[in-house]
Amino acid sequence: MSAGVLFDAPGPKARRRHLILTGVGVLVVLAIAWVIFQRLADKNQLTSAMWKPFLQSSTWTSYLLPGLWGTIKAALISILLAGLLGGLLALARMSEIGPLRWIASVWVEIFRAIPVLLMMLFSYGYLSTSNVVDSEVAPLYATVTGLVLYNSAVVCEVIRSGVDQLPKGQREAGLSIGLRPSETLRIVLLPQAITAMLPALISQLVVVLKDTALGYNVLYGELLYNGKTSSVGPANIVPTIFVIALIYILLNYSIGKIAEYVEGRLKRRGRTVADTGVVDGAAEPAAPGGTAV
Amino acid sequence: MSTLFDQFSFWSAFWMTIKLTLGAAVGSLILGTIVAVLRLSPVPMLRFLGTSYVNIFRNTPLTLIILASNLVLWAKLGVVMANSKSPDFFNTNNFRLAVLGLTVYHASYVCEALRSGVNTIPLGQAEAARSIGLTFGQSLKEVILPQAFRGAVVPLGNTLIALTKNTTVAVTIGVAEMAAMLAKVTEDDPGLLNQAFVLTALAFVVLTLPVGLAVSWLGKRLAVKR
Repeated sequence: MSAGVLFDAPGPKARRRHLILTGVGVLVVLAIAWVIFQRLADKNQLTSAMWKPFLQSSTWTSYLLPGLWGTIKAALISILLAGLLGGLLALARMSEIGPLRWIASVWVEIFRAIPVLLMMLFSYGYLSTSNVVDSEVAPLYATVTGLVLYNSAVVCEVIRSGVDQLPKGQREAGLSIGLRPSETLRIVLLPQAITAMLPALISQLVVVLKDTALGYNVLYGELLYNGKTSSVGPANIVPTIFVIALIYILLNYSIGKIAEYVEGRLKRRGRTVADTGVVDGAAEPAAPGGTAV
Repeated sequence: MSTLFDQFSFWSAFWMTIKLTLGAAVGSLILGTIVAVLRLSPVPMLRFLGTSYVNIFRNTPLTLIILASNLVLWAKLGVVMANSKSPDFFNTNNFRLAVLGLTVYHASYVCEALRSGVNTIPLGQAEAARSIGLTFGQSLKEVILPQAFRGAVVPLGNTLIALTKNTTVAVTIGVAEMAAMLAKVTEDDPGLLNQAFVLTALAFVVLTLPVGLAVSWLGKRLAVKR
């Protein structure tokens, strides 16, 4: 059910009321904006000195762009490794070999229930005390470790729910032409499930991108960390947070739009398994770990 | 092991995590419902405001929001959330700022959960409500939202579980919860790192597992039979 059926087409009276409500809404937002603006001006946050650093190329070339690259690098490495590991886990979790299935299930349940930040802090603590890797790259390793462990579990569950939602006839057809169960899974079911769950997998990228900001706590030089560092000199944390937030929002919003576009395209071609909510994660079952938030 | 309980005060960290979760859960349920009503309303402007809220806060990292609540809201704009004369001012203030940040972020997820709950309601329900003459507000209050909450139990529960895990981000502004404890152990007594990690991880399993089970059970029990 969409929102459109919740109300009748407005008549003259309702249209007047809507006009009033529109006015009220605009006024409330303007009032909030005004209060914030006043507060910012009061505390001298709107002076040109505060915002000037963003017009100088050095702010961008030495802090923000390397930070953005740090964010994108960690997200790309994590999503690739998590996709690979998650695919293998999904194969294991749906295999006929009992022990493989159990190991995969335990892995998924454990790493879905532990907060990503705890895993990052732990791997950072471990890496920085044991000298396994250079202390320079320890933050990157820690960030990626946390993200990969968590997201491998999520990707596994997304793929599995995709396979679960395929029509029963697909598996039966595979088996009846003489494929072994593992072949049926690999040749018939998985390609369809992955195609159908593509939008969910793409929107998982948004989650990964946002979660790279957790690397701030293990001193990883991503956008937030670098941005904060850049604000120390000119003491302009407020404009900096504003600019960084804008970059994150634009980046994630566009990825979300791509996921929506892919979902719409798959739906038009009848390739999707769930009718609604794949992108929102609403189709996922309840479990510790829950929807990717 | 006992050092973790005595010196690093595990139980108070555990209790802090619960307090953060409960505070932000109540806050985001209220704020999220308001945003959901805006997004469902017949007035295009209000719908636009609701959608913008969701798009802005769902696409911003929680770490940034929590950091901003401290560095921007409190330090620069002077928004004080506790009695500045009390000896415990910094802890209380940071705790409340963290709850605020968690609330603002998760409200957008509560809104989307409720909307997916609305999507489980058949068209006929809304048409029936309208045809007996209920206004938009009345049909929302008497017909749509009660069913939407029941249909949204599972996504709402998932949001609660995610919220519980996300309270760890409060370490960013120094709230003494479980991630802060783990960070402190890393610094002061690295030998205890493994034990501390297992303990805090188990604590989260203990917190989230019952919620997960309750959500699946309630989700089935409360779902409107059709």
